[in-house]
Amino acid sequence: MADIYTEKVKDHFFNPRNVGEIKDADGVGTVGNPTCGDVMTVYIKVKNDKIKDIKFKTYGCAAAIASSSIGTEIVKGKTLDEAMKLSRDDIANELGGLPAIKMHCSNLFSDAIRKAIKDYRKRIK
Amino acid sequence: MKRIYMDYSATTPVDKEVIDEMAPYFGKYFGNPSSIHSFGRDAYDAIEKSRSKIADILNADADEIIFTSGGTESDNLGIMGVAYLNKDKRKRKGNNIITSSIEHPAVLETCKYLEKQGFNIKYLPVDKYGLIRIEDLEEAISKDTFLITIMYANNEIGTIEPINEIGKIANKYDVLFHTDGVQAVCKTPIDVKKLNIDLLSISSHKIYGPKGVGALYIRKGVKIRSLTHGGGQEKGLRSSTYNTTGIVGLGKACELGKIRLKEDMSQLKYLRDELIKNTLKIELSYLNGHPIKRLVNNANFCFEAIEGESLNMMLDEKGIASATGSACSSKNLQASHVLTAIGLNPEKAHGSLRLTLGRENTERDIKYIDNVLPDVVENLRKLSPLWDR
Repeated sequence: MADIYTEKVKDHFFNPRNVGEIKDADGVGTVGNPTCGDVMTVYIKVKNDKIKDIKFKTYGCAAAIASSSIGTEIVKGKTLDEAMKLSRDDIANELGGLPAIKMHCSNLFSDAIRKAIKDYRKRIK
Repeated sequence: MKRIYMDYSATTPVDKEVIDEMAPYFGKYFGNPSSIHSFGRDAYDAIEKSRSKIADILNADADEIIFTSGGTESDNLGIMGVAYLNKDKRKRKGNNIITSSIEHPAVLETCKYLEKQGFNIKYLPVDKYGLIRIEDLEEAISKDTFLITIMYANNEIGTIEPINEIGKIANKYDVLFHTDGVQAVCKTPIDVKKLNIDLLSISSHKIYGPKGVGALYIRKGVKIRSLTHGGGQEKGLRSSTYNTTGIVGLGKACELGKIRLKEDMSQLKYLRDELIKNTLKIELSYLNGHPIKRLVNNANFCFEAIEGESLNMMLDEKGIASATGSACSSKNLQASHVLTAIGLNPEKAHGSLRLTLGRENTERDIKYIDNVLPDVVENLRKLSPLWDR
């Protein structure tokens, strides 16, 4: 079949950025379901209402892994409110596009980062 | 970069001898085999020679072979052809077809289509190895059953079905038996007479022949209804101008397949077993399909906590061509129906890897995979939140 992924997707898939866990994370968000073939966990460290550090782990296809990788790059250094607004289209656009059937993968990251931020906000209350 | 092809069950390269055999039929012998003149007769002779070569690998007679455009059309023609004729004869034998739950889509989708038209289809379950149970088959047969269609060998996990026993049951209850032989032909000896097979589908491009051509074996005396209407070629069963080059190629591929069968089988089996032995050393890896009753060229694994499309892409980056039953690589985002039917949970089914060997593979390829695969699996597991060790 045609090459379904852009060079940028492949770059982030083969050389994913910010992989790992943060042991003393300020917020953690896990989304997805192994039954559906993708699970993503995002860890954040927060300072002055900004994302100071971020790591991820993803089980899934190349689109899911690349979305997580580029997503962490986009939100790093952003304020929490900015990160909350990240949409799946933002991620797909940054990757130079995703096949229609893989768009849910980019959704996964925006859901995960939101969940991590909510987790952080709950903890500091 | 070194590239290793291990997806021979998807398709094979055309053998050089096959190409040489086909070449003159593009230009020099271009005639329409249905024409009465010498140009037509040259092409006609080649087609009939090819028919004999195909019959030869099945222990069939030449006049029991019909040419088609490939495995899918053969399955469609075999199953629908029998079904529609049966319907014509005022439900002489009822309207039930028995198949398995792990058939190739060419069979499954044909059955589903017939189901919509009022046919009753029973889908037999399989055990954890992908084998149907003969007791289930016998129990499923009723006075309404007119056709059993069960694949010779499975395309994903390589399991070889109990064809001999199925043939006996079909004979005992006077039910027709069609089998999708696409993956089995030229990888295991087949004798349609001994095995009591009434119809068998063949594809050329799986056996080092060209794409776009196939054949259907129809035992003498078995009647089917044609699906194409036109010039009346193939005893009116498959109208369409003969694909002379393709047919010549398929014939040569069968001839070579027969000559090389023993050698191919022992070589492939040796390489396959090495591959399986090496790969199962990887922590939490499993072999799918039957350990012994399996195609000589098929290895299918599951690796816990990783996803198949990622695995395919990582291996591709290392020059290894492989396949998976993962949902993410499919058009409908569903995990493979075969892996689900053998009882794998979706998580495992998503992490499957199919490596299918062929004539070009060597021991060096197997060693290369053994060098690369464990690291690729480890790297993906490092990325995976499901892997916590």
